Amino acid sequence: MLNELGKIFIASALINNFVFTRYLGLCIFFGVSKRMETAVGMSMTFTSVMVISAALSWLVYNLVMLPLGLGFLKIVIFIGIVAAFVQAADTILRKISPGLYYKLGIYLVLITTNCIILAVPVINADEKYNFMQALTMGLGSGAGFSLALIIMASIREKLELADVPKVFQGLPIAFVLTGLIALAFLGFSGLIRL
Amino acid sequence: MQIDLVRILTVSLAFIGIIGVIFGLGLAIAAAKFAVKVDPKVERVREVLPGANCGACGYAGCQGYAEAVAANPEVPPNLCAPGKAAVAEAIAQITGKTAAAVEPKVARIFCQGDSARSVKRFRYEGIKDCRAAVLAGGGDKACAYGCLGYGTCASVCPFGAITMNEYDLPVVDVEKCTGCRKCEIACPKKVIEVLPISKQVLVRCHSLDSGPVTRKNCQVGCIACGSCVKVCPFEAVSLNNNLARIDIEKCRRCGLCVMKCPTNAIMDYIPHRTKAYITDKCNGCTICAKVCPVNAASGVLKQKHVIDQERCIGCGICVDKCPKKAIIGTFNAETMDISEILEEAKKV
Repeated sequence: MLNELGKIFIASALINNFVFTRYLGLCIFFGVSKRMETAVGMSMTFTSVMVISAALSWLVYNLVMLPLGLGFLKIVIFIGIVAAFVQAADTILRKISPGLYYKLGIYLVLITTNCIILAVPVINADEKYNFMQALTMGLGSGAGFSLALIIMASIREKLELADVPKVFQGLPIAFVLTGLIALAFLGFSGLIRL
Repeated sequence: MQIDLVRILTVSLAFIGIIGVIFGLGLAIAAAKFAVKVDPKVERVREVLPGANCGACGYAGCQGYAEAVAANPEVPPNLCAPGKAAVAEAIAQITGKTAAAVEPKVARIFCQGDSARSVKRFRYEGIKDCRAAVLAGGGDKACAYGCLGYGTCASVCPFGAITMNEYDLPVVDVEKCTGCRKCEIACPKKVIEVLPISKQVLVRCHSLDSGPVTRKNCQVGCIACGSCVKVCPFEAVSLNNNLARIDIEKCRRCGLCVMKCPTNAIMDYIPHRTKAYITDKCNGCTICAKVCPVNAASGVLKQKHVIDQERCIGCGICVDKCPKKAIIGTFNAETMDISEILEEAKKV
């Protein structure tokens, strides 16, 4: 039915959704899901950074680090790669497309050392994915994170109008919501048969 | 298994070193090649701005204003309402513009029809928010132009300057108010206007209903009788669409209209008016005696005049009209500048 890449995409976006199943990237998830506009901006930036950093780190890991026998250094190196790439993207965007820079610039800085961004190359390395699989993994994770952000933002915008008991106002009710959505996401686990 | 520790160490150190150099060089080249010249003024202006992002300047946040004021010579440095004069001066210094004295603006509530003095058409039992109440047939107030009193202005005020009094009418704390216009925008009845703080005599009514209708709905509404128009010595009041309106450019805050208004729709924000006093510069021209609306000034031609302190209402008309500038002590005197007006306003 689904080919290998499709399975990886579905798995990373829904079944192993970074926010709801792996519980990664929660700081950003709660931070920017207050408004739909910021949530969408963050999703776009996040997905593109994730795909590109997955590609870059795959290249460095498989072409340089593995032949040298330096696999154990992957976390340090991946952080460096992502940070350098984000910084470069920040500089280049500012010159080439100021409009895009003002839309996404603030998010770029936030995600430099984000755990999801780091998790994607690490998982790619552990699973020994090939290049296309690594890219798909990045794209799927981005799509999953975007989905999580947009679901949460739309609920929280409604939540502004709801009569929440005082003790639950703000973050507590957001955590409760996240738990409920995570439960719902468990339902995706039967989606693919290996 | 034999582990060649020295080899692993050297290779990994070399690898990290090389990759660090590559990243460093790459970033340095990118920074040099894609350098964007940022006007250092923008950064400095941004630092002196309060950072409230209230939008009172008309730009998208403090950053937007900082960029505009640094780049465009047409943009005046005194647009920041919360920052007041100090910020305007700092920006003027950074950008090399001249700062016109910035007069603070404050929100004024143009309705006095509180729950005790106005009539309601029906009982509204929905959400306690004016924007929700106005959806129910324009609100529960009989007067279609009046304040609904559900406190939307108080809740949107980022500075906590608006409170609701016991009769459901908003009260503006002029000391806290920065004139950011958030309440003016939020008010569905548009009863809030942001005006310069020195404009202290205002018709506090927006009702365009005819006199009898206004009277029936509210005890303190403008019934368009025209008394204020007749009494105003500066022709600042005009009557349009059943509503008296004071031209704040012409108004000299004499307060005669306040006294004449039969429904007390005109409000005098001046806490206590000081009395006029004639100095020795007086050459006895008798102009003050002619212009005084309460006959407090008197005297013989070519001799120093006196003002009856009992009668003087502190309107300042004589001060304004005196050709020798010999009258002091009340409004329109030359010594009275903005800082003094501010001091007065704070005493409210």
